[in-house]
Amino acid sequence: MHSPRTLYQKHIDSHTVCALDDQGHVLLYIDRQVANEYTSPQAFSGMRDAGRKAWRPSATLAVVDHVNPTAPTRVAAMPDAGGARQVSYFEENCRDFGIELFDVLDKRQGIEHVVAPEQGFILPGMVVAAGDSHTTTYGALGAFGFGIGTSEIEHLLASQTLVYKCLKTMRVTVNGLLGPGVTSKDIIMALIEKIGASGATGYAIEFAGPAISDLSVEARMTICNMAVEAGARGAFMAPDDKVFAYLQRKPRAPQGQLWEQAVATWRGLHSDEGAVFDREVTLDVATLEPMVTWGTSPDQAAPVGGHVPDPAAQPDLILRQGMQRALNYMGLEPGMPLSDVVISHAFIGSCTNARIEDLRDVARVVRGKRVAAHVRAMIVPGSTMVRDQAEDEGLAQIFLDAGFEWRQSGCSMCLAMNDDVLAPGDRCASSTNRNFEGRQGAGARTHLMSPAMVAAAAITGHLTDVRTFALEA
Amino acid sequence: MQPFAIVSGSAAPLLAANIDTDVIMPKQFLKGIDRKGLDKGLFFDLRFLESGEPDPGFILNQPAWSEAAFLVVGANFGCGSSREHAVWGLKQVGIRALIGTSFAGIFYDNCQRNGVLAIQLTEDQLKQIAALTSNPATARISVNLPEQTIELADGNVIPFEIDELRKQSLLLGLDAIGTTLQRAEQIRQFEARHLAENPWLV
Repeated sequence: MHSPRTLYQKHIDSHTVCALDDQGHVLLYIDRQVANEYTSPQAFSGMRDAGRKAWRPSATLAVVDHVNPTAPTRVAAMPDAGGARQVSYFEENCRDFGIELFDVLDKRQGIEHVVAPEQGFILPGMVVAAGDSHTTTYGALGAFGFGIGTSEIEHLLASQTLVYKCLKTMRVTVNGLLGPGVTSKDIIMALIEKIGASGATGYAIEFAGPAISDLSVEARMTICNMAVEAGARGAFMAPDDKVFAYLQRKPRAPQGQLWEQAVATWRGLHSDEGAVFDREVTLDVATLEPMVTWGTSPDQAAPVGGHVPDPAAQPDLILRQGMQRALNYMGLEPGMPLSDVVISHAFIGSCTNARIEDLRDVARVVRGKRVAAHVRAMIVPGSTMVRDQAEDEGLAQIFLDAGFEWRQSGCSMCLAMNDDVLAPGDRCASSTNRNFEGRQGAGARTHLMSPAMVAAAAITGHLTDVRTFALEA
Repeated sequence: MQPFAIVSGSAAPLLAANIDTDVIMPKQFLKGIDRKGLDKGLFFDLRFLESGEPDPGFILNQPAWSEAAFLVVGANFGCGSSREHAVWGLKQVGIRALIGTSFAGIFYDNCQRNGVLAIQLTEDQLKQIAALTSNPATARISVNLPEQTIELADGNVIPFEIDELRKQSLLLGLDAIGTTLQRAEQIRQFEARHLAENPWLV
């Protein structure tokens, strides 16, 4: 008999090829990898230089997402030489190493962390690594996903394993039920604000509690996705019937007898009664308000009804200087009501919040309304399949009628590696995950919030509590 | 990989918390398919003015630290994007080790894989180092990995901890993939059993 184990320990135990020392290093077997065009080229070059083959090519799915344009009409050509070279080298690498690729013209193309779940490529109990920090998203399916650098991508391609140091465990119990207009984005933003941008560094987070159970699978993805902004190297949740129902319809999910066998195994994927976590955090969300960031780190956030904080009230010198620098960059004054902050851009997209449910949330806010005259508002669906579904459901027409740009899929202005870049001084309400200096363009200012909150800001032209809008069911 | 043993040089303090990899290596330098030219991109928006001239206020542009071998950094250094370009850029300007209180997980692993030593100290120890290295006259330090010590300009010696596995790999400049593939047979056996027990993973 095992002593009670956490979900994390179960994943690690079932994927450990061998222990490498007595300090927690193991050789960890990785079930799946997702690859993109910008973090993988040097890994493939290393494989070529050493004359190595991919250990298990079918374990990797490749998707072009970071550098491609999202202009409303899709074309295969990249507008810049660097992006074109990355895409063509990616195609060459996938062909030579036998890896399946969704290129920009593929009907299944999209942001890797939207595409992999919607294809059923990620299943409960898996350990997944990918060259992108938001690989934590897969935790919503009961898989343990984490981001790795390019050297590790090469290691993984060559051996299907990683030299891995086991993490400490943190359980975040989320109590209470969300009020209308408040979303899972607000839960994770409130957690990051509470524990800080490095509050979970060195930890794997397991989310639990009634508020998590109540969320849809897509809403849970938003939470696991952004847990990395608190420093978590992985974040997940025990899979439940909602997860199984979500997966059953997916193209690559197991079928028939194999499905039954898989679900029976997956039902055992939860922390045992009495399992001990290194740290416990509790969050009550019954009175949570929609959150917005005011600074340049995801933990610099406040309820939308609040004010820009005063650095003078911060006793720690380094933190005070950090707040001052953030306010200078953001062009905000201490004490200013957050709802007075006027925006120039609204962006709905990213692996955090560009799934079909996010777009339905946006449609409920903007139906029959118009984007404020001074705002450029863009919607970049998380995948081409999400885009098609939104068109089938009539959402795209609602967006276009309201004055939004309805674009093709990609990472786009979340990190602005393609041609969707803000100019210095632009101020953007954004459904993305990082408000770092220069993230959406040098000198540009980002306010993170839920997709519904971005929609409300797009209509009024300033940060706005979406709960003041009459939401259609 | 370049082995790390004893390295001496100046140490530049960059003490703001949460310096992210977007700031270390901005997006316009991520479009390559090799590792070249990233020295130009390192801290680009901090190092250069809008005119393109170096910003004299930025520490790595000042004579005492322009050849720095070390950065003394604030909490959660390297947070955000997984881009290893940030570490490649640091290496290309000659940074051999980072000294801080905490590092973001992916960045910390990226340092290790590139032979850049990331040393974690207590806040008090970091303050001691930052106070001395902020002064051009006492900015030089010596990092001794075999002994796990940092020698300061005033003669004080600060010990640090590091996992033995990481230490050996840095000391020897080991190729991690080659080391792992020595266990290829063990991986193959594990994989066969794992896929047989979980046939939906195939």
